[in-house]
This record gives sequence, C-alpha cells and structure tokens, in this order.
Amino acid sequence: MILPGAASIVGVDVGGTFTDLFFFDEKKREFRTAKVASHRGDEASGFLAGLSSLAGRTSSGALADFDAIVHGTTVGTNALLERKGARIGLITTKGFRDVLEMRRRDRPHTWGLWGEFVPVVERSMRLEVDERVLADGTLRKKLDPEEARAAARELMQKGAEAIAIVFINAFANPENERHAAEVVRSVWPNEHVATSSEILPEIREFERSSTTALNAYLQPVVGSYLGKLEAALSKGGFKGAFHIVQSNGGVMATSTARRLPVRTALSGPAAGVIAASALARAAGRPNVITGDLGGTSFDVSLIADGHTALSAETTIDFGLVIRTPMIEITTIGAGGGSIASVDKGGLLQVGPESAGSLPGPACYGGDNTRPTLTDANVVLGRINAQRPIGDKLARLDVEAAVEAVLAHVGRPLGLDAERAAEAIIKVANARMAGAIRLVSIERGHDPSNFTYMPFGGGGALHAGALMREVGLESVLVPRFPGITSALGCVIADLRHDQVLTVNLELDGLDAALLNRHLAETGRAARAVVANAGVAVLRIDTVFELDMHYVGQTHTVQVRLPAQLDGESMLADERTVRSAFEATYRTQFSRLLPGVRVRIVTLRTAAIGLRPHFDLAALAPKSSGENAQRGLRRVWFDDRWHETAIFSRLDLATGAKVAGPAILEQPDATTIVDPGLVAEVDSYGNLIVTRSAA
Amino acid sequence: MIAIDPVTLAVLKGRLEQIADEMDATLYRSAFNPIIAEARDACHGLYHAQTGATLVQGSKGLPIFVGAMSFAVKAVIDKVARDGGLEEGDTFLFNDPYEGGTHLNDFRLVRPIWRKGRVFAWLASVGHWLDIGGNVPGGFNASATESFQEGVRIPPVKLIAKGRMNTDILAILAANTRVPQSNYGDLNGQINALDLGERRVHALLDDYGEETVTMALDIFGKRAEALMRENIGALPDGTYSFEDYLDNDGVSEGRLTIALDLTIEDDRMRLDFSRSSPPCAGPLNIARSTAVACCYVALKHIFTDVPANSGCLVPIDFVIPDTTLLGVSAPKPVGGYTETILRMIGVVFGAIAKADPKRATAAFFGTINALSLAGYRSNGTRWVMSMFFGGGLGGNPQGDGLNHGNNAISTATMPPLEILEAAYPVMFTQWALRPDSGGPGRHRGGLGAVYEIEALDENGAEVFLLGERGRFAPFGVAGGAEAALNRFLWVTDEGEVTAPLVSKITGVRIRKGQKVRLETPGGGGWGDPAKRGKARIERDIREGYVETNGAPEGKFLASSKRGKAA
Repeated sequence: MILPGAASIVGVDVGGTFTDLFFFDEKKREFRTAKVASHRGDEASGFLAGLSSLAGRTSSGALADFDAIVHGTTVGTNALLERKGARIGLITTKGFRDVLEMRRRDRPHTWGLWGEFVPVVERSMRLEVDERVLADGTLRKKLDPEEARAAARELMQKGAEAIAIVFINAFANPENERHAAEVVRSVWPNEHVATSSEILPEIREFERSSTTALNAYLQPVVGSYLGKLEAALSKGGFKGAFHIVQSNGGVMATSTARRLPVRTALSGPAAGVIAASALARAAGRPNVITGDLGGTSFDVSLIADGHTALSAETTIDFGLVIRTPMIEITTIGAGGGSIASVDKGGLLQVGPESAGSLPGPACYGGDNTRPTLTDANVVLGRINAQRPIGDKLARLDVEAAVEAVLAHVGRPLGLDAERAAEAIIKVANARMAGAIRLVSIERGHDPSNFTYMPFGGGGALHAGALMREVGLESVLVPRFPGITSALGCVIADLRHDQVLTVNLELDGLDAALLNRHLAETGRAARAVVANAGVAVLRIDTVFELDMHYVGQTHTVQVRLPAQLDGESMLADERTVRSAFEATYRTQFSRLLPGVRVRIVTLRTAAIGLRPHFDLAALAPKSSGENAQRGLRRVWFDDRWHETAIFSRLDLATGAKVAGPAILEQPDATTIVDPGLVAEVDSYGNLIVTRSAA
Repeated sequence: MIAIDPVTLAVLKGRLEQIADEMDATLYRSAFNPIIAEARDACHGLYHAQTGATLVQGSKGLPIFVGAMSFAVKAVIDKVARDGGLEEGDTFLFNDPYEGGTHLNDFRLVRPIWRKGRVFAWLASVGHWLDIGGNVPGGFNASATESFQEGVRIPPVKLIAKGRMNTDILAILAANTRVPQSNYGDLNGQINALDLGERRVHALLDDYGEETVTMALDIFGKRAEALMRENIGALPDGTYSFEDYLDNDGVSEGRLTIALDLTIEDDRMRLDFSRSSPPCAGPLNIARSTAVACCYVALKHIFTDVPANSGCLVPIDFVIPDTTLLGVSAPKPVGGYTETILRMIGVVFGAIAKADPKRATAAFFGTINALSLAGYRSNGTRWVMSMFFGGGLGGNPQGDGLNHGNNAISTATMPPLEILEAAYPVMFTQWALRPDSGGPGRHRGGLGAVYEIEALDENGAEVFLLGERGRFAPFGVAGGAEAALNRFLWVTDEGEVTAPLVSKITGVRIRKGQKVRLETPGGGGWGDPAKRGKARIERDIREGYVETNGAPEGKFLASSKRGKAA
C-alpha cells in the first residue's frame, strides 16, 4: 500500500538538552521550526511541549492537524552508553552461557594488557538448557519445553524484565529457538522475549548473541518510552502515523522499533547526517564532515563524495557489538553543558561530565554553579544573554556565568574571567578537533578537501576555530543548524532490512528456490515499509547476496541486478556468477577459477522513497535591509572587539559578512571569527572561508 | 630540504597506516583458512628500502609480526645483494624461520615498490598457512627434534618474476601440504593485499612526492626513538632480574629457564638473556630475530605511547647468545616458538615490575595451546582444524585481569565455533569460563576457559597439542598469587587420560563420539588477596567466578596456592 502524499509532517529530535522540531506542510510547501528544553528521564514532556508550540495551542486536540510525526531518539543510545538498559536474562545452549562474556577473545587495546569487561547480562542471569542443533541444521537434541519454562521462571524471579534466547547454530535451524520462545512467552508477563533467529539469523554466535542481548537490554527502555509518547500523542488528539529513525538513516514504524530497538542505537545522530548529506549535495559540496554539538555530546561523521558510510557492524563500547547496518558516527563527551574543572595536577578539563539541561549551565540560574562551555561563551559575549536559544528562559544570568568561571577555573589558574573562559573554549575546541581528525586524517582523508558542517544549537559557535585548527577547507552552516536532525527526520526515506542465511551452491544453482527467497523476503520487507503509513513515491527493493569461494569464511556483498517486479524474478546462475565475479574483481585483484562458489546470505532492503523535499524552500526571501542589529562587545584573541551583530535569517542570498561578527537566529548562533568571511548561498546556507587578505 | 607542516605529517601518518590496515582487511576477507580469515593471524606493512626497518604497520596486525617483519624484509634485501637480479614486478616468497623469525607456517611475501627506477620501499605480507607438511597436521609438532619434521622450508625465492607467476613454485607448494586449496587461497589473498598496497602507495607518492614522504617516514622513526628514550629515562637506573620456566621441551622431562637481567642506564636499556637454558632437543628454541621481535612486543605493551616503528629499538641493547635456546640456527626445531616468546615477554614484565611498581602487571596465561584435530572424512577428503585458545590476563594496578583474552603476542580473535563446526566434522560441547582459574589478589587475575570438543566423523580424529603452563603457573605480582595450571585430557573407554608431558601430545586417536577437553590458565593476581574489596568478593561468588565449595569466603580467597584447592 502506498499512501497519497501526507499533508503535514513533523520531525522531532530529542537531544539531551533541547528538543528540536521541524514542521513541513507538503501542500502549502511551508515550514515552521520550534525548540524547547528536554527533560532527562521524562523526554515525553519536552516532546509534547514542542508539538504544542508548533501547533500554536495547547488545548486538547491540538495535535490533530499533524498527519505524520517522525522521531529521532537518543533514548537507546544513552541507555547503551551509560549502561542503563533493563535487567535481562539469557537462555542458551548447554555449555555456552559464557559466549557473551568470552567475546571473540579480544581485548580493549592492541597494546597494553589492562582493562576489564562487564557484559550486559550478568553470569548468574545466563541459564542453559539441554538442546543442540548441528552446523548443517540437523536437530541433534530436541528442546525439553519444561527446561525452558523453568529457566524463564527462574529469570523472572531474579528480576529479569526481558529475555534473549540464543541457541548455537539457530541460524541454520531455528526450531528449538522458536519452541523455547513459545514456551517462554506463555509464562512471560510482557512482550520482551526475542530469539536470535528473529533478530539476526546469521552465522557467528558471539555477534548474534551480542546483538540479540542488546536488543533485549533496550526493549523495556525503548518500549516504555514509545508507549508514553504514543499515549500522550493520542491524548493530544494525534491520529496520524508515528515513526522512528533507524541507525541506518531510514525510517521505521514504532511497532518495528519496539521489536527491534537495537536498530535505534544511533537514531538521533543518523537523522542529522541524512539531512547534512542532502544539504551538502544540494550545495555542491560532496565532501563534508558533520559535527553535531549538542548539550552533552559531539557527534562527528564523514560524508565522502556525497555518500554516508554504513558499517555492517558497530562496536558501541568494548565487547558491545551490534551487527546491523548503521551510519558511521564518532561520539565524544563534549557539549554546551560540559563542565569545566581544574584537576589536582592543575590541568584544565572540559567534560565529559555534563550539566545537561537540568540543572543546566550556571547562566541558566538553576542549581548548578559550575562553569560549562556555554557559560564560557556567555562570558565572552558570544552568546546573546538577552535572547537565549529555545523558549525556556527569558535571559541568561551573565553574572552567574562569570562567577562560575572565576570560582572554578579563573582563581585556581590565576586568570581573569575572560581569559579563563577563553581557555575553556580552547580546551573544548581541541577535543572536538581531535574527534574530527579521528574520522578524517586518521583514515587518510585530507581535511583541506572537506567542508565542515556544524549543527546542533552550539555547533556554529566553534566552527571557524575548528576549521582553522584542523585545516578544513570551509564551513557550511545550514540555514537552521539547531534543527538539522529534525529536518533529517522529515526527509529520510523509509527503510527495512532483512537477512536470511540461504547457503546455496552457485554451480547448478537452484534458481527457482533463490527466486522464491527473493520474492518472499522482498515482499515481506516491502510490506513493512508499505504498512508504515507514511507517503512514499515508490518502494525500491534492493537485493544483495553475500557470496564466497567455498573454503573462505568471509563473503563479498554482491548487488543483484534483479528488481522485484510482481512475481517474476530474473536471477539465474549466469547473472549471479557474472555479478559475483565483477564484485570480487573490484575488491580483490585475483579470481579463483575452478573453485566452487556459494551464496551464503541474502540481504534484502526495501526503501520507501519519500516525496522529494526541495531544499530551496529554505532559501531566504528577505531583501537583507534589516539584517544588521547593532554592535556588541565580544572577546576574541585576548581582547574585546566591537562586533557587528546580524539577524541571520534576515540576510539575503549573496550577502557577505566579514568577521568579527555574530549572526543570531532563534535556534543557533554563528560566530564569524576575525579573519574569516561568511556568504549566504542560494539555499540559505552560510559559507564561511578565510578572508582573501 | 623542505619542511613538513604538522598537518601534512599527520595526514601522511594516517594515510600510510590506512594503507596497511586496508592490506590487512583485504587478506582477512579473501583468505581461506580461519586462522587468517577469522583469527587474523597476519600482518602487513611498509619497510625501509635499504635496511628493511619497519616504517608503517597496520593497526590490526599481529603484534609479534610487527617486530619480526623487518627481519623478513632484510632477508630478501640480503638475498638480492648476494644474488642480484632484482627487477620491477618481482615478488619474493618464503617461510624460513631462521631468516625472519617465527615458524614455518608463516609465509611471507615481499615486494619492492619502484619509483623512478629505484626501490622506494618494500611491502610485505605475512599470513599463517594451515598446513605445511611435516609430521603433524597443522604444523605444531611438539616432539620435533629437527626442522625437517616440522614441515617444508622455503628460502626467499622469486614467486613472481617481472609480473609472471612462477607456477613451478606453486606446484612444489601444493605437493607439500595436506590442504593445497586452502594454502592456494591464502596465497592469492596475500597477493591481493600486495596489489592493493602497491596501488595505494603509488597514489600517495603521486599526491605528495617521494621527497616529502621519505622525510615524513624519517620523522616518524626519530619520534619513536625519542619517545622510547624518554620512557626509559624515567625508570631508575639499576639491574633488575627475573626468571620463569617452560614445562619441558616436548621430547623429555626437565624445565627450561628463561632468565633476564634488565639494566637501565640513563636513557638506554640492556636486555641480557645469557643465563637462560642452552638450546633444547625439542621445538621450544627460537631464532635471534624472533627473540628481538618479542622484546619489542613486551616493551610496546609497557610503553603504550611509543608508535609501532623500528625507531623505538634504537635505544635497546640485546644480549642473546647463540649458546642459549633463544638464538638457534637451522636445523634446530622452532615450531613451539610461541611458548618461548610468551615466557620471554613475561620475564620482561616481571623485571619492569621491579623497576617501576606503578607498571606492575601479573603474568597473562602464557600459552597458545595450538590444538589440531585432523583426519579423513568418510568421502576420503582430508581435514585439519588447527587453532589457538584464550585464557586470563593478569591483575594490575587498575583492576582485575580480563577474562578470556588473548596472549600478548596476538590480537587474533577466536574463530566462531559455528564457523568451525560448519567447516570441520566436530561439535563443541563446552565453550565456557573456567571458575577458580584466576590468581587471587587484591585485583584478581582474569579467568581462563574450558573447551570441550567431540569428534563427529565415522573415522574419528587424530589429536595434536602444543601447549605450556602445565607445571609452572602464571605468576602474581605485588603480593598477588599465581593462577591455575593448564590442563588437557581426552576421554576414552578407560576414562579420562592425560599426557606424560602435560600439554604436549602428538597423534592421539579419538573415535567418533569421544571428546578432548582443554582447560586454560587464568592470569596471575596483583596485590595482597586479603585486601580485596568486599563488593568484588561478593560478586566473584554470586557470579561463580570463584567457586567456594562451602569454604568460608574470606579464607578461600586468601588461600593463595592454586591447583591445591580441594
């Protein structure tokens, strides 16, 4: 089912500090944005407040005008990074309860033998049942359902909220796992029971166990979060479709997100990267490094030649492996709320401890009196204390910021408030520059070929400094940097990925069987997308076969030139072989004639293409006459400068602003440092470069 | 002379390492045998045109190869100097352990990179092939007394001459292994890696020019040397001695001593192994190049900030006499080299712990347990499953040792048991942590593991093992206690059987349905066990890392001698 165009869609990105919203009316081709404070632990309230603010009213039924809401969430990410997932149990094959803890026998660092590992399921919560499937799928030992039932009861007594069932070789024959799930579900009080053959039916027991266990770890957390949101939305009169952005940059229904919460691990950041890559392509700058500076973290991603990189497997932290396609994003704990302190050795540090949005930076006037990166920017006049970002505060408390900076950094280091604040910013910039180097220089990309695209409310405060420190070519500040992830939610395509281990010999290929698999998985994946209830232009189905020479353990991903077209599938031995050989030759220089070839796994992706979002809709319509808003004292390079202040959104296309200057807008502040110049392009982006002089 | 700005320098470092990483990845993905494809027992890098010194190394490459590869490249450089005839398009192949270290299974491919008619640098690839002939399938012949019993030995020869493959050599290789297709696949994977590396290095040189890249490489080496001098200089001057032992040489009873006198003098370090045992009859000997390479590995683990580059060996003097088992020549058997170098790395840790208590790390499990199961399937085809097992790492000032880690010489990951079961007629019946195997301490040693394997084929299987730590357990430091010993047994009609030389057996037959069982050591403990925190003790007992068997917990945890616990 492909729905007709939705009339209005809202993208909602809930970060640690702010909740950002982007509303787009597809009929009128109009958009609105909103930004409200987030509440840690009660994300739903910020979410609803933002929607009410967009709707312009708070009465019941205020949300009835929205046809679709797409959400990028960090609830799963935070639960993983802070190890705050649910207490879960694991039921596994007798003899193998430690697979999850033994990993692949790796260690945290190549050099140096220190470091420990604590798995997400404690050893005493991992129970074994006597069952066994062999590698070829033969059922060697049938499951005794009573044993599975007893294990489930024991785990329930020990306080497990979710159960992962992972049996050896279940990818080859899921019968015992299915049987165990049936039995466990019959006694389990909630829906949080999953088997490895449902989550990742792929060979390699550790990766399958880890992905399945982390899914269970997130299920209660993400499930209850989505439940709260859905209830609140329905109370607000919302009757449309509610969707979640996945780590691969595609969108899925909430029912899928509840079943596969592990696919939301990088939901929020992925949405931002999707928007950034669309903006960069439109602006003719295919090489981009994105930097999302939020309240608590800094996420960096690299887009080379217009392509976001997807990795098949991601290690969230040592030993926490998720095998599902994700956009490559590097995260460090540095954000506007990062707390600055001086350690015992007299060394200034910024982060990773964060004041978040509650209590927030010292200038928020809350309980926190320790200085944050935001406080440093306030002290130096870089953030306008009279017109803070978001709708939470009327003004910022400059004196509180000065006092915090002086008390915790200035006096211990013997610096005045301005120099202490500048030092805080320099240390934070160095950490951010390190993250940018990690994704570019350390992977062999020359930063002078890349444009830096900051987003998040505070990103553009530091962009010029980072451009200089890392040696990037230029900076592109999107028209609405504070709501880039929310914009990504609105323009991301729908997507559903599925894997199936097929193990077919290519010589004398059973083409009928392969085509049946293609048709079945293709239809199933398309159904998930079609039933998601969001307008799509069409649904593309992409088939990839993981293939190898018999004897190899790794595979190459071979894109099949087959399209799912009704019932007719065109894969045959000859086309599959030529696709395999072409792919193999691209990746490796030498084919191995005479060695048999096998198709191991079928990967199916259904992609529901969203109606094209014309980014030119973001372009400024103003003449630019009223853009300048006077002067303000701002501290740069060891002294105060009388600095021109502009209303960013009032600048016309083609406008040029030389630094030092501050460009203000409701969701972000851009600093043009002395020696830099900014120009508005035809999409409303600001392009910052070094002055010709 | 042009100067290089810091950003260009950083970019070049990143791009060069990226090339080596990509070569690693290319081989992992195209290799046939799981020891390379899954366990990543391979390494690639870029080496100096004249000296063979390591210039750049992949970040995932096996640590021991990082130290050994420069010797391998030097062997080819020496051959060319001796015999001449080096031309564009040549690639050398060899596995001679006396010229480039380690053992016969490690096949090296070495290729010059030509720029403007001169060799700019060498690319090399090393990978562990599954079987290279000899008495024992898989190559770990625990009772070899000559190299000839360990497999075929190939000196540096031109596999590819001016771009043309010498298929005669391929025929010789194929005729000398039990698994020709596997080796052929791995060889092709290594050539794939070299091809890729060559393309990438040329592209880099086209972008930056030979002069800039050469200067950057020189700076990397000097920086590594300076950092190593700084680290050594921070240690108090003096001589620190430490000894540890190998169970036996695989041929007869009798321990072998690895003794080190480590002397710090200003910013130089001398590693003197003269007091070690003389060459032994069995395969526990090593060549001098292997000994130097493993000292490099030990120092890199201690001084983690020093980059992987030959420059860091400049301030080190080695005393490794050929009258010891650490400096032998052909045809002394060296197939068990891993065990000897693990003990050497341990004694370097032990000596450094005396010089600098802040760096004191207890012994890691210290044996690779090379276990091979082999046989003929009912359809007549040969199969050889050869792999290495994990154990516990040592307690340290920061915390407990890691459960089930790898030895210091390796970052190789364990092949998934599902991959092994799909490839060979075996079934694992246990793959678990081994309770009570970590040495007690304020910070306990990590746990070793228990692996149990059943033969599934009608024809059963032949079993070979080369392991250690059956008599001398991994040591504790700073008052910590030693870990559990290595243990291996197989189950026959008469019950459980163990071997006279503990962890070294050749050619034991098991029938279909019979099992072998390997229990690996944990790591040694750090600090006085009586000072272990209450929360840690409670967790150990609740999670079953320590099994009390009814004993009062405090008493049990403080009792230090493992292997004697009732």
